[in-house]
Amino acid sequence: MKHLLSTQDLSARSALRLLDTAEEMAAVGEREIKKLPALRGRTVVNLFFEDSTRTRISFEAAAKRLSADVINFAAKGSSVSKGESLKDTAQTLEAMSADAVVIRHPASGAPARLAASGWIDAAVVNAGDGTHEHPTQALLDAFTLRRHWARIAGTPSAGTTLAGMKVLIVGDVLHSRVARSNVWLLTTLGAEVLLAGPPTLLPVGVGSWPCRVFYNLDDALAERPDAVMMLRLQAERMNAAFFPSTREYSRRWGFDDGRLALLDTMGLDDTVIMHPGPMNRGLEISSAAADSPRSTVLAQVRNGVSVRMAALYLLLSGDPQDDDAADGRADQDDPPATTPEGRTP
Amino acid sequence: MSHDTTPRPDDAGYLIRGASLLGGAPTDLLVRGGVIAALGPEAGRDAGTDAVTIEADGLVALPGMVDLHTHLREPGREDAETVETGSRAAALGGFTAIHAMANSSPVADTAGVVEQVYRLGLASGWVEVRPVGAVTVGLGGERLAELGAMAESRAGVRVFSDDGICVHDPVLMRRALEYVKAFDGVIAQHAQEPRLTEGAQMNEGDVSAVLGLTGWPAVAEESIIARDVLLAQHVGSRLHVCHVSTAGSVEIIRWAKARGIDVTAEVTPHHLLLTDELVRSYDPVYKVNPPLRTSDDVHALRAALADGTIDVVGTDHAPHPSEHKECEWAQAAMGMTGLETALSVVQHAMVETGLLDWEGFARVTSATPARIGRLAHQGRPLAVGEPANLILVDPAARWTVDPSTMATKGRNSPFRGLELPGRVRATFFGGHPTVLDGSLATPRPTPHSAPHGEQTGAQGGLQGGLQGGLQGGEAPAWNI
Ligand SMILES: [Zn+2]
Repeated sequence: MKHLLSTQDLSARSALRLLDTAEEMAAVGEREIKKLPALRGRTVVNLFFEDSTRTRISFEAAAKRLSADVINFAAKGSSVSKGESLKDTAQTLEAMSADAVVIRHPASGAPARLAASGWIDAAVVNAGDGTHEHPTQALLDAFTLRRHWARIAGTPSAGTTLAGMKVLIVGDVLHSRVARSNVWLLTTLGAEVLLAGPPTLLPVGVGSWPCRVFYNLDDALAERPDAVMMLRLQAERMNAAFFPSTREYSRRWGFDDGRLALLDTMGLDDTVIMHPGPMNRGLEISSAAADSPRSTVLAQVRNGVSVRMAALYLLLSGDPQDDDAADGRADQDDPPATTPEGRTP
Repeated sequence: MSHDTTPRPDDAGYLIRGASLLGGAPTDLLVRGGVIAALGPEAGRDAGTDAVTIEADGLVALPGMVDLHTHLREPGREDAETVETGSRAAALGGFTAIHAMANSSPVADTAGVVEQVYRLGLASGWVEVRPVGAVTVGLGGERLAELGAMAESRAGVRVFSDDGICVHDPVLMRRALEYVKAFDGVIAQHAQEPRLTEGAQMNEGDVSAVLGLTGWPAVAEESIIARDVLLAQHVGSRLHVCHVSTAGSVEIIRWAKARGIDVTAEVTPHHLLLTDELVRSYDPVYKVNPPLRTSDDVHALRAALADGTIDVVGTDHAPHPSEHKECEWAQAAMGMTGLETALSVVQHAMVETGLLDWEGFARVTSATPARIGRLAHQGRPLAVGEPANLILVDPAARWTVDPSTMATKGRNSPFRGLELPGRVRATFFGGHPTVLDGSLATPRPTPHSAPHGEQTGAQGGLQGGLQGGLQGGEAPAWNI
């Protein structure tokens, strides 16, 4: 694995390797001295073209626990916003000998562009790109789900998949990089994924995803999911006529107190409620649901550091078990000149 | 100018030996005095000893290609392309006429600007450069530009387009269609409903769903085409649809033609070959407007070009400086170069698949675009007495596309690295070889009978007249 750009091109083997390594990292986090010397002398740059204190802090903590040097490059409000190109920024980081670049960018595909362009040699970690993917968020979600699944079964988490698990993702799938990364990763790990949301917020083309799609949340809940993942709703979507009002959205697709009670009524004692944060309480999730024992919100945050440690460790330390050539696709420079006949140059 | 002092081989003529006319039996051609002077055994007999002999064994002779859709960027973005570099690329690609789109800076929305582009074309001498006039002032979509003045100018504009931007106001579109009837003009529409494509980045479908890029739905093109063919019918006007990209658009145009509506349609080489699967790389070299579509669309477009529903191939050659492509997808400019790959891509997609023979190729790349643009001396049959705008093509050649070696300033070719068939070995423009042995030769000397000129300013249009542009009077440099 040279880069971590998406979960769509992550094999089950690589995904499990990441999750298992994250378990080892989590064990470190429970020790008194939470620091490993693994990446001493290596430089990790957090290149954030979009504000996200939560994600940046999580990556920063992960890198520091591995003893890496961390440079935070908040591209928003810097020379970048004054017209400096991604290319120039990348070459600057290259000149600073960055070993890994953790990039958050409002444009879908910016990390892939950085990785494939030849502007920089560093490993590229996608920390969220536009409405494309957020692979470490999906990994921490999968990690959280896997621990939950193992606890119910009374087995160790490491080495297991999500086979047999049913995960319902609810809300603005169209604009959600979290949803996309989770759809691919959870499916790769053997879970069944259900989607629910207003038809306006499900992408044209969702029919080809490996998911069942519901327009009615209660119909989806009747499928007895093991986990319900609520997506953050940006209220300004209302202005673009994706839905009539936040109240109507909340009634139809919000995880409110009534639906929380419904889980009890249905006897779904082990069903958890997830949210990538930050939450809009009272919009897509009620306070009672967010604070209930079913909520994994804080565990997700905690697990985020372990998963990001695993990603940086495997990318930078030269994983001896890495034999998955497919993950290195972004390195090749031939254009994938797909034509209708499937010809390649 | 050295051409005026050296002996003129154009006057002695060129004896082309053994070329296959439109893919038929090998024949000799004598090109002399700007025309095809003789064909067959007579060609050799009539050629003087001082005629230049060109061995054309295995080569196909075709009429010079005519592009209805070229972005030359001059005036305004000479860093991206100039009339000189764009017309060199055109000659190498087998074109003898190109239409320069109006989205320059300043916009080609006055007689002055179209005459400037026209004069730059005359001065370059590699191909015939016909300016396209903007439909609306500044491409603003609000007020009609002075279409009549551009038509009457020395540039003799017949094709009008706001290409890059759709004339979306239905009243303005109706008026434009009606108005150009006065001088036999045509409105070339860039069909894109603007509200349905706000922020659009790529074809809306399976691939955009995965990539998280804002979709450009097929319906945004099809709804405008449906409206425009009905408007053209209502006012009895001529409509040309630029770069048709979807299977649904093909169905609408087929329906309109069956009703007798005077509509013509164009497809680009890239839409005949490439699909939106390429966008998975996020490489902006594949970013274009309208976007690359699906494999089903590609096959529908090929079938439509073969059966005549789509009339012509237009390159939509759109060079961009590298910094406009070396960036994030969303920030990148839309457009691809195409002049130097068009013939090969069409040969690959249409001829080698058996959908078109060389005669059909000549129809869609030369005869019909010339007719739509009202260029009476282009796209002519390869017959004695006809203007010698013709090319010699080696259909057996194979080459690998390398944008860094192209004559265009643009390096944004989506065919980079692809091995394609067919190479242009020679281009004759008005009887003069602009390309020989596959390389640029010399530009066509300015015809001595009609020095083009510096004396012609923005006022030159007054000498034009509505009948100009085709025969005599106006634009003598193009006429034989
Ligand atoms: Zn256009």
